[in-house]
Amino acid sequence: MNITLRVWRQANGAAKGGMQTYQLADVSPDMSFLEMLDLLNEKLTIEGIEPVAFDHDCREGICGMCGVVINGSAHGRSASPVPTTTCQLHMRSFADGATIDVEPWRAGGFPVIKDLVVDRTAFDRIIQAGGYISVNTGSAPDANAAPVPKVKADRAFDAATCIGCGACVAACPNGSAMLFTSAKITHLAMLPQGQPERWSRVKGMVAQHDAEGFGGCTNIGECAAVCPKGIPLDTIGQLNRDLMTSLFKSDGK
Amino acid sequence: MAVTGLILVGFLLMHMYGNLKVFLGEEAFDHYAHWLKGDILYPLIPSGWFIWIFRAFMLAAILLHAGSAWRLARKAKAARGSKYVVRKTIQETYAARTMRWGGVILGTFLIFHLLQFTAQVIKTGWNSGAGPYEMFVVSFQQWWLVLAYALWMVTVCLHVRHGFWSAFATLGANTSATSRKIWNGLAYFIAVLLYVGFMIAPLAVAFGWVK
Repeated sequence: MNITLRVWRQANGAAKGGMQTYQLADVSPDMSFLEMLDLLNEKLTIEGIEPVAFDHDCREGICGMCGVVINGSAHGRSASPVPTTTCQLHMRSFADGATIDVEPWRAGGFPVIKDLVVDRTAFDRIIQAGGYISVNTGSAPDANAAPVPKVKADRAFDAATCIGCGACVAACPNGSAMLFTSAKITHLAMLPQGQPERWSRVKGMVAQHDAEGFGGCTNIGECAAVCPKGIPLDTIGQLNRDLMTSLFKSDGK
Repeated sequence: MAVTGLILVGFLLMHMYGNLKVFLGEEAFDHYAHWLKGDILYPLIPSGWFIWIFRAFMLAAILLHAGSAWRLARKAKAARGSKYVVRKTIQETYAARTMRWGGVILGTFLIFHLLQFTAQVIKTGWNSGAGPYEMFVVSFQQWWLVLAYALWMVTVCLHVRHGFWSAFATLGANTSATSRKIWNGLAYFIAVLLYVGFMIAPLAVAFGWVK
Protein backbone atom coordinates (compact mmCIF):
# COMPACT_ATOMS: atom_id res chain seq x y z
CA MET A 1 0.00 0.00 0.00
CA ASN A 2 1.05 3.54 -0.66
CA ILE A 3 -0.49 6.16 1.59
CA THR A 4 -0.30 9.88 2.19
CA LEU A 5 -0.16 10.88 5.85
CA ARG A 6 -1.02 14.28 7.20
CA VAL A 7 0.33 14.29 10.75
CA TRP A 8 0.05 16.94 13.44
CA ARG A 9 3.55 18.14 14.36
CA GLN A 10 4.06 20.29 17.43
CA ALA A 11 7.51 20.70 19.01
CA ASN A 12 6.16 21.21 22.54
CA GLY A 13 3.12 22.38 24.46
CA ALA A 14 3.86 26.06 23.96
CA ALA A 15 4.76 25.79 20.27
CA LYS A 16 2.30 26.34 17.46
CA GLY A 17 1.50 23.08 15.70
CA GLY A 18 0.46 22.25 12.18
CA MET A 19 -0.24 19.39 9.79
CA GLN A 20 2.75 17.95 7.90
CA THR A 21 2.34 15.78 4.83
CA TYR A 22 4.42 12.61 4.38
CA GLN A 23 4.32 9.99 1.63
CA LEU A 24 4.75 6.42 2.81
CA ALA A 25 5.33 3.46 0.45
CA ASP A 26 5.34 -0.32 1.03
CA VAL A 27 2.83 -0.33 3.86
CA SER A 28 1.53 -3.83 4.53
CA PRO A 29 -2.25 -4.07 4.95
CA ASP A 30 -1.58 -6.35 7.94
CA MET A 31 0.37 -3.69 9.80
CA SER A 32 -1.30 -2.10 12.78
CA PHE A 33 -1.69 1.65 12.65
CA LEU A 34 1.16 2.01 15.15
CA GLU A 35 3.47 -0.25 13.09
CA MET A 36 2.72 2.01 10.15
CA LEU A 37 3.77 4.99 12.30
CA ASP A 38 6.96 3.03 13.23
CA LEU A 39 7.66 2.62 9.52
CA LEU A 40 7.14 6.34 9.02
CA ASN A 41 9.52 7.11 11.88
CA GLU A 42 12.22 4.81 10.44
CA LYS A 43 11.91 6.65 7.16
CA LEU A 44 12.02 10.06 8.86
CA THR A 45 15.06 9.05 10.93
CA ILE A 46 16.97 7.97 7.82
CA GLU A 47 16.04 11.24 6.17
CA GLY A 48 17.31 13.14 9.22
CA ILE A 49 13.86 14.43 10.21
CA GLU A 50 12.69 14.31 13.82
CA PRO A 51 10.44 11.21 14.23
CA VAL A 52 6.77 11.67 15.14
CA ALA A 53 6.21 11.31 18.90
CA PHE A 54 3.23 9.11 19.80
CA ASP A 55 2.14 7.21 22.91
CA HIS A 56 2.00 3.42 22.95
CA ASP A 57 2.74 0.53 25.27
CA CYS A 58 1.15 -2.94 25.19
CA ARG A 59 -0.08 -2.84 21.57
CA GLU A 60 -2.69 -5.40 22.57
CA GLY A 61 -5.57 -3.00 23.13
CA ILE A 62 -5.61 -3.42 26.90
CA CYS A 63 -3.37 -0.73 28.40
CA GLY A 64 -5.00 2.48 27.20
CA MET A 65 -1.72 4.18 26.36
CA CYS A 66 -2.12 4.65 22.62
CA GLY A 67 -4.70 6.85 21.01
CA VAL A 68 -4.79 9.36 18.20
CA VAL A 69 -7.56 10.93 16.17
CA ILE A 70 -7.55 9.33 12.72
CA ASN A 71 -9.54 10.93 9.90
CA GLY A 72 -11.46 12.94 12.47
CA SER A 73 -12.53 10.15 14.80
CA ALA A 74 -10.84 8.90 17.97
CA HIS A 75 -8.89 5.62 17.44
CA GLY A 76 -10.04 5.81 13.81
CA ARG A 77 -13.43 4.45 14.85
CA SER A 78 -15.06 5.71 11.64
CA ALA A 79 -12.63 3.57 9.58
CA SER A 80 -12.90 0.47 11.75
CA PRO A 81 -15.76 -2.04 11.57
CA VAL A 82 -15.54 -2.69 15.32
CA PRO A 83 -14.72 -0.65 18.46
CA THR A 84 -10.95 -0.46 18.60
CA THR A 85 -7.84 1.07 20.08
CA THR A 86 -5.36 2.66 17.70
CA CYS A 87 -2.96 -0.29 18.10
CA GLN A 88 -5.66 -2.77 17.08
CA LEU A 89 -6.64 -0.80 14.00
CA HIS A 90 -5.04 -2.30 10.93
CA MET A 91 -4.02 -0.73 7.67
CA ARG A 92 -6.42 -3.01 5.78
CA SER A 93 -9.15 -0.70 7.07
CA PHE A 94 -7.81 1.92 4.66
CA ALA A 95 -7.73 1.98 0.88
CA ASP A 96 -4.49 1.90 -1.10
CA GLY A 97 -3.53 5.46 -1.98
CA ALA A 98 -5.62 6.92 0.83
CA THR A 99 -4.83 10.19 2.56
CA ILE A 100 -4.97 9.71 6.34
CA ASP A 101 -5.15 12.58 8.83
CA VAL A 102 -3.58 11.96 12.24
CA GLU A 103 -4.11 14.37 15.13
CA PRO A 104 -3.62 14.20 18.91
CA TRP A 105 -6.54 14.09 21.40
CA ARG A 106 -7.64 17.69 21.69
CA ALA A 107 -9.10 18.89 24.97
CA GLY A 108 -8.45 21.63 27.50
CA GLY A 109 -7.80 18.91 30.10
CA PHE A 110 -5.32 17.11 27.81
CA PRO A 111 -2.56 19.58 26.87
CA VAL A 112 -0.30 18.46 24.01
CA ILE A 113 3.21 17.50 25.16
CA LYS A 114 4.66 16.84 21.73
CA ASP A 115 3.23 15.91 18.32
CA LEU A 116 0.61 13.23 19.06
CA VAL A 117 1.41 12.84 22.78
CA VAL A 118 -0.94 14.49 25.28
CA ASP A 119 -0.81 14.81 29.06
CA ARG A 120 -3.58 12.66 30.55
CA THR A 121 -2.62 12.95 34.22
CA ALA A 122 -5.96 14.72 34.78
CA PHE A 123 -7.47 11.21 34.70
CA ASP A 124 -5.13 10.10 37.50
CA ARG A 125 -6.25 13.02 39.64
CA ILE A 126 -9.93 12.16 39.03
CA ILE A 127 -9.22 8.59 40.18
CA GLN A 128 -7.31 9.91 43.21
CA ALA A 129 -10.39 11.96 44.12
CA GLY A 130 -12.40 8.82 44.89
CA GLY A 131 -11.96 6.06 42.31
CA TYR A 132 -10.80 3.51 44.87
CA ILE A 133 -11.98 1.55 47.90
CA SER A 134 -10.28 1.73 51.28
CA VAL A 135 -9.49 -1.70 52.74
CA ASN A 136 -7.71 -2.35 56.02
CA THR A 137 -4.83 -4.79 55.77
CA GLY A 138 -5.25 -8.25 57.23
CA SER A 139 -5.85 -11.76 55.99
CA ALA A 140 -7.74 -12.14 52.73
CA PRO A 141 -11.50 -12.67 53.18
CA ASP A 142 -13.04 -15.97 52.10
CA ALA A 143 -13.94 -16.17 48.45
CA ASN A 144 -17.66 -15.54 47.89
CA ALA A 145 -18.04 -14.22 51.46
CA ALA A 146 -19.63 -11.10 49.99
CA PRO A 147 -22.46 -12.14 47.64
CA VAL A 148 -22.88 -10.05 44.48
CA PRO A 149 -25.95 -10.47 42.23
CA LYS A 150 -24.97 -11.70 38.75
CA VAL A 151 -26.51 -8.72 36.94
CA LYS A 152 -24.60 -6.26 39.12
CA ALA A 153 -21.36 -8.22 38.83
CA ASP A 154 -21.68 -8.15 35.03
CA ARG A 155 -22.36 -4.43 35.03
CA ALA A 156 -19.38 -3.79 37.33
CA PHE A 157 -17.12 -5.87 35.07
CA ASP A 158 -18.34 -4.11 31.92
CA ALA A 159 -17.64 -0.71 33.48
CA ALA A 160 -14.29 -1.89 34.85
CA THR A 161 -13.03 -2.63 31.32
CA CYS A 162 -12.38 1.11 30.89
CA ILE A 163 -8.68 1.49 30.08
CA GLY A 164 -8.61 5.26 30.58
CA CYS A 165 -7.38 5.99 27.05
CA GLY A 166 -9.25 9.29 26.83
CA ALA A 167 -11.01 8.66 23.52
CA CYS A 168 -14.31 9.74 25.14
CA VAL A 169 -12.87 13.17 25.92
CA ALA A 170 -11.29 13.44 22.47
CA ALA A 171 -14.63 12.71 20.78
CA CYS A 172 -16.90 14.76 23.04
CA PRO A 173 -18.08 18.04 21.49
CA ASN A 174 -18.06 19.47 25.04
CA GLY A 175 -14.64 18.06 25.99
CA SER A 176 -16.31 16.19 28.84
CA ALA A 177 -14.78 13.20 30.66
CA MET A 178 -18.12 11.98 31.97
CA LEU A 179 -17.90 8.53 30.36
CA PHE A 180 -14.50 7.87 31.96
CA THR A 181 -15.65 9.17 35.37
CA SER A 182 -18.96 7.32 35.23
CA ALA A 183 -17.26 4.02 34.29
CA LYS A 184 -15.36 4.05 37.59
CA ILE A 185 -18.44 5.26 39.51
CA THR A 186 -20.56 2.44 38.04
CA HIS A 187 -17.84 -0.19 38.54
CA LEU A 188 -17.58 0.52 42.28
CA ALA A 189 -21.24 1.41 42.88
CA MET A 190 -22.34 -2.08 41.76
CA LEU A 191 -20.14 -3.93 44.25
CA PRO A 192 -20.54 -4.32 48.03
CA GLN A 193 -16.91 -3.23 48.52
CA GLY A 194 -17.72 0.10 46.89
CA GLN A 195 -20.67 0.98 49.13
CA PRO A 196 -18.96 2.58 52.20
CA GLU A 197 -17.43 5.38 50.11
CA ARG A 198 -20.11 5.48 47.39
CA TRP A 199 -21.54 8.95 48.04
CA SER A 200 -18.32 10.77 48.88
CA ARG A 201 -16.73 9.11 45.83
CA VAL A 202 -19.21 10.52 43.33
CA LYS A 203 -19.04 14.00 44.84
CA GLY A 204 -15.24 13.96 44.92
CA MET A 205 -14.74 12.57 41.42
CA VAL A 206 -17.25 14.91 39.74
CA ALA A 207 -15.75 17.91 41.57
CA GLN A 208 -12.26 16.90 40.41
CA HIS A 209 -13.57 16.30 36.86
CA ASP A 210 -14.87 19.87 36.76
CA ALA A 211 -11.74 21.27 38.41
CA GLU A 212 -9.60 19.68 35.69
CA GLY A 213 -11.43 21.81 33.15
CA PHE A 214 -13.47 19.11 31.44
CA GLY A 215 -16.85 20.17 30.07
CA GLY A 216 -20.39 19.15 30.94
CA CYS A 217 -22.30 16.22 29.43
CA THR A 218 -25.11 17.04 26.98
CA ASN A 219 -26.00 13.40 26.21
CA ILE A 220 -24.87 13.40 22.57
CA GLY A 221 -23.26 9.95 22.71
CA GLU A 222 -20.04 10.49 20.72
CA CYS A 223 -18.03 9.15 23.68
CA ALA A 224 -19.70 5.74 23.79
CA ALA A 225 -19.55 5.52 19.99
CA VAL A 226 -15.72 5.67 19.95
CA CYS A 227 -15.03 3.83 23.23
CA PRO A 228 -12.75 0.86 22.43
CA LYS A 229 -14.21 -1.06 25.38
CA GLY A 230 -17.86 -0.34 24.61
CA ILE A 231 -18.57 1.45 27.90
CA PRO A 232 -22.29 2.19 27.48
CA LEU A 233 -23.85 5.64 27.77
CA ASP A 234 -26.04 4.44 30.65
CA THR A 235 -23.02 4.47 32.98
CA ILE A 236 -23.41 8.26 32.81
CA GLY A 237 -27.02 7.69 33.88
CA GLN A 238 -25.68 5.79 36.90
CA LEU A 239 -23.33 8.69 37.72
CA ASN A 240 -26.20 11.18 37.47
CA ARG A 241 -28.42 9.08 39.76
CA ASP A 242 -25.62 8.58 42.28
CA LEU A 243 -24.71 12.27 42.20
CA MET A 244 -28.32 13.28 42.88
CA THR A 245 -28.66 10.74 45.70
CA SER A 246 -25.33 11.91 47.18
CA LEU A 247 -26.77 15.41 47.58
CA PHE A 248 -29.08 13.98 50.25
CA LYS A 249 -26.20 12.24 52.06
CA SER A 250 -23.88 13.93 54.52
CA ASP A 251 -20.83 11.96 53.25
CA GLY A 252 -18.11 13.87 51.51
CA LYS A 253 -18.33 17.55 50.89
CA MET B 1 -31.09 22.81 32.44
CA ALA B 2 -33.04 19.54 32.45
CA VAL B 3 -35.70 20.68 34.93
CA THR B 4 -36.33 24.04 33.26
CA GLY B 5 -36.33 22.35 29.85
CA LEU B 6 -39.02 19.91 30.93
CA ILE B 7 -41.07 22.78 32.37
CA LEU B 8 -40.88 24.47 28.97
CA VAL B 9 -41.88 21.26 27.16
CA GLY B 10 -44.85 20.99 29.52
CA PHE B 11 -45.81 24.56 28.66
CA LEU B 12 -45.55 23.82 24.92
CA LEU B 13 -47.91 20.85 25.29
CA MET B 14 -50.42 23.02 27.17
CA HIS B 15 -50.09 25.87 24.67
CA MET B 16 -50.62 23.43 21.80
CA TYR B 17 -53.76 22.06 23.45
CA GLY B 18 -55.08 25.60 23.91
CA ASN B 19 -54.44 26.47 20.26
CA LEU B 20 -56.49 23.50 19.12
CA LYS B 21 -59.53 25.18 20.69
CA VAL B 22 -59.58 27.31 17.55
CA PHE B 23 -61.48 24.43 15.95
CA LEU B 24 -64.29 24.86 18.50
CA GLY B 25 -65.11 28.29 17.11
CA GLU B 26 -64.62 31.92 18.03
CA GLU B 27 -66.67 31.92 21.21
CA ALA B 28 -64.95 28.91 22.80
CA PHE B 29 -61.47 30.15 21.84
CA ASP B 30 -62.02 33.69 23.12
CA HIS B 31 -63.65 32.40 26.29
CA TYR B 32 -60.61 30.20 26.95
CA ALA B 33 -58.21 33.08 26.23
CA HIS B 34 -60.08 35.38 28.61
CA TRP B 35 -60.21 32.70 31.28
CA LEU B 36 -56.41 32.45 31.18
CA LYS B 37 -56.21 36.13 32.12
CA GLY B 38 -59.20 35.97 34.42
CA ASP B 39 -60.12 34.22 37.64
CA ILE B 40 -57.90 31.12 37.70
CA LEU B 41 -57.28 30.13 41.35
CA TYR B 42 -59.69 32.86 42.52
CA PRO B 43 -60.39 33.39 45.44
CA LEU B 44 -57.07 31.87 46.57
CA ILE B 45 -55.35 34.71 44.70
CA PRO B 46 -57.01 37.89 43.43
CA SER B 47 -58.63 37.65 40.02
CA GLY B 48 -56.22 38.31 37.17
CA TRP B 49 -53.09 37.57 39.20
CA PHE B 50 -52.59 34.04 37.96
CA ILE B 51 -51.45 35.04 34.47
CA TRP B 52 -48.76 37.34 35.92
CA ILE B 53 -47.51 34.74 38.38
CA PHE B 54 -47.44 32.25 35.52
CA ARG B 55 -45.58 34.67 33.22
CA ALA B 56 -43.00 35.34 35.93
CA PHE B 57 -42.58 31.58 36.40
CA MET B 58 -42.12 31.02 32.65
CA LEU B 59 -39.67 33.92 32.37
CA ALA B 60 -37.66 32.50 35.27
CA ALA B 61 -37.63 29.07 33.59
CA ILE B 62 -36.45 30.54 30.28
CA LEU B 63 -33.77 32.70 31.91
CA LEU B 64 -32.46 29.82 34.04
CA HIS B 65 -32.50 27.54 30.98
CA ALA B 66 -30.61 30.05 28.82
CA GLY B 67 -28.29 30.86 31.72
CA SER B 68 -27.25 27.25 32.24
CA ALA B 69 -26.90 26.80 28.47
CA TRP B 70 -24.58 29.80 28.41
CA ARG B 71 -22.49 28.41 31.26
CA LEU B 72 -22.31 24.97 29.64
CA ALA B 73 -21.30 26.47 26.29
CA ARG B 74 -18.59 28.61 27.90
CA LYS B 75 -17.27 25.60 29.77
CA ALA B 76 -17.38 23.41 26.66
CA LYS B 77 -15.45 25.97 24.63
CA ALA B 78 -12.64 26.00 27.19
CA ALA B 79 -12.75 22.21 27.63
CA ARG B 80 -12.67 21.51 23.89
CA GLY B 81 -9.30 23.21 23.50
CA SER B 82 -7.99 23.76 20.00
CA LYS B 83 -10.14 22.68 17.06
CA TYR B 84 -9.57 19.48 15.12
CA VAL B 85 -8.35 20.01 11.57
CA VAL B 86 -10.58 17.11 10.49
CA ARG B 87 -13.55 16.00 12.53
CA LYS B 88 -15.98 13.20 11.77
CA THR B 89 -18.88 12.51 14.11
CA ILE B 90 -20.45 9.08 14.48
CA GLN B 91 -23.36 9.40 16.87
CA GLU B 92 -24.14 13.12 17.03
CA THR B 93 -27.55 13.98 15.58
CA TYR B 94 -28.36 17.21 13.76
CA ALA B 95 -30.72 18.11 16.61
CA ALA B 96 -27.99 17.60 19.22
CA ARG B 97 -25.44 19.59 17.22
CA THR B 98 -27.75 22.58 16.81
CA MET B 99 -29.00 22.82 20.42
CA ARG B 100 -27.09 25.99 21.24
CA TRP B 101 -27.52 28.13 18.13
CA GLY B 102 -30.94 26.57 17.54
CA GLY B 103 -31.91 27.70 21.02
CA VAL B 104 -30.75 31.25 20.29
CA ILE B 105 -32.68 31.31 16.99
CA LEU B 106 -35.92 29.96 18.46
CA GLY B 107 -35.55 32.34 21.43
CA THR B 108 -35.26 35.30 19.06
CA PHE B 109 -38.42 34.25 17.25
CA LEU B 110 -40.14 33.85 20.63
CA ILE B 111 -39.60 37.58 21.19
CA PHE B 112 -41.36 38.30 17.86
CA HIS B 113 -44.16 35.91 18.82
CA LEU B 114 -44.71 37.67 22.17
CA LEU B 115 -44.59 41.12 20.56
CA GLN B 116 -47.13 39.90 18.03
CA PHE B 117 -49.76 38.07 20.08
CA THR B 118 -49.10 39.00 23.72
CA ALA B 119 -47.94 42.63 23.67
CA GLN B 120 -49.68 43.17 20.30
CA VAL B 121 -47.07 45.72 19.30
CA ILE B 122 -46.55 44.08 15.90
CA LYS B 123 -50.02 43.90 14.34
CA THR B 124 -50.10 41.41 11.49
CA GLY B 125 -53.22 42.58 9.71
CA TRP B 126 -55.67 43.21 12.57
CA ASN B 127 -56.84 46.45 14.17
CA SER B 128 -56.73 47.42 17.84
CA GLY B 129 -59.43 45.74 19.89
CA ALA B 130 -59.44 42.50 17.88
CA GLY B 131 -60.21 39.37 19.91
CA PRO B 132 -57.79 36.42 20.19
CA TYR B 133 -59.66 34.37 17.59
CA GLU B 134 -59.71 37.26 15.11
CA MET B 135 -55.98 37.87 15.61
CA PHE B 136 -55.24 34.19 15.03
CA VAL B 137 -57.33 33.91 11.86
CA VAL B 138 -56.28 37.24 10.31
CA SER B 139 -52.60 36.42 10.92
CA PHE B 140 -52.59 32.95 9.44
CA GLN B 141 -54.58 33.92 6.40
CA GLN B 142 -51.19 35.30 5.30
CA TRP B 143 -48.96 32.63 3.79
CA TRP B 144 -45.67 34.25 4.77
CA LEU B 145 -46.64 34.08 8.45
CA VAL B 146 -47.66 30.42 8.17
CA LEU B 147 -44.31 29.73 6.52
CA ALA B 148 -42.40 31.67 9.20
CA TYR B 149 -44.19 29.77 11.96
CA ALA B 150 -43.65 26.45 10.16
CA LEU B 151 -39.90 27.16 10.11
CA TRP B 152 -39.90 28.34 13.71
CA MET B 153 -41.64 25.17 14.81
CA VAL B 154 -38.95 23.12 13.01
CA THR B 155 -36.32 24.77 15.24
CA VAL B 156 -38.50 24.29 18.33
CA CYS B 157 -39.22 20.63 17.61
CA LEU B 158 -35.59 19.81 16.76
CA HIS B 159 -34.67 21.37 20.10
CA VAL B 160 -37.29 19.25 21.87
CA ARG B 161 -36.20 16.13 19.97
CA HIS B 162 -32.75 16.16 21.62
CA GLY B 163 -33.75 18.12 24.71
CA PHE B 164 -36.48 15.78 25.92
CA TRP B 165 -34.22 12.72 25.87
CA SER B 166 -31.26 14.69 27.20
CA ALA B 167 -33.26 16.07 30.13
CA PHE B 168 -34.29 12.61 31.29
CA ALA B 169 -30.76 11.28 30.75
CA THR B 170 -29.36 14.10 32.90
CA LEU B 171 -31.90 13.29 35.59
CA GLY B 172 -30.54 9.73 35.60
CA ALA B 173 -33.39 7.99 33.75
CA ASN B 174 -31.07 6.41 31.17
CA THR B 175 -30.62 3.04 32.85
CA SER B 176 -29.91 0.73 29.89
CA ALA B 177 -29.63 0.56 26.11
CA THR B 178 -33.35 -0.23 26.00
CA SER B 179 -34.32 2.74 28.14
CA ARG B 180 -32.18 4.94 25.90
CA LYS B 181 -34.21 3.75 22.90
CA ILE B 182 -37.47 4.39 24.76
CA TRP B 183 -36.51 7.93 25.81
CA ASN B 184 -35.32 8.75 22.31
CA GLY B 185 -38.52 7.28 20.86
CA LEU B 186 -40.59 9.39 23.26
CA ALA B 187 -38.55 12.44 22.29
CA TYR B 188 -39.37 11.87 18.61
CA PHE B 189 -43.02 11.33 19.51
CA ILE B 190 -43.29 14.56 21.54
CA ALA B 191 -41.43 16.53 18.84
CA VAL B 192 -43.71 15.28 16.06
CA LEU B 193 -46.81 15.70 18.24
CA LEU B 194 -45.85 19.32 18.96
CA TYR B 195 -45.16 20.02 15.30
CA VAL B 196 -48.44 18.57 14.08
CA GLY B 197 -50.42 20.02 16.99
CA PHE B 198 -49.04 23.51 16.53
CA MET B 199 -49.13 23.64 12.72
CA ILE B 200 -52.56 22.09 12.13
CA ALA B 201 -54.51 25.18 13.27
CA PRO B 202 -52.52 27.78 11.24
CA LEU B 203 -52.71 25.48 8.19
CA ALA B 204 -56.47 25.07 8.64
CA VAL B 205 -56.75 28.88 8.64
CA ALA B 206 -54.43 29.21 5.64
CA PHE B 207 -56.51 26.71 3.63
CA GLY B 208 -59.70 28.49 4.63
CA TRP B 209 -61.20 25.65 6.71
CA VAL B 210 -61.27 27.89 9.75
CA LYS B 211 -62.53 31.43 9.14
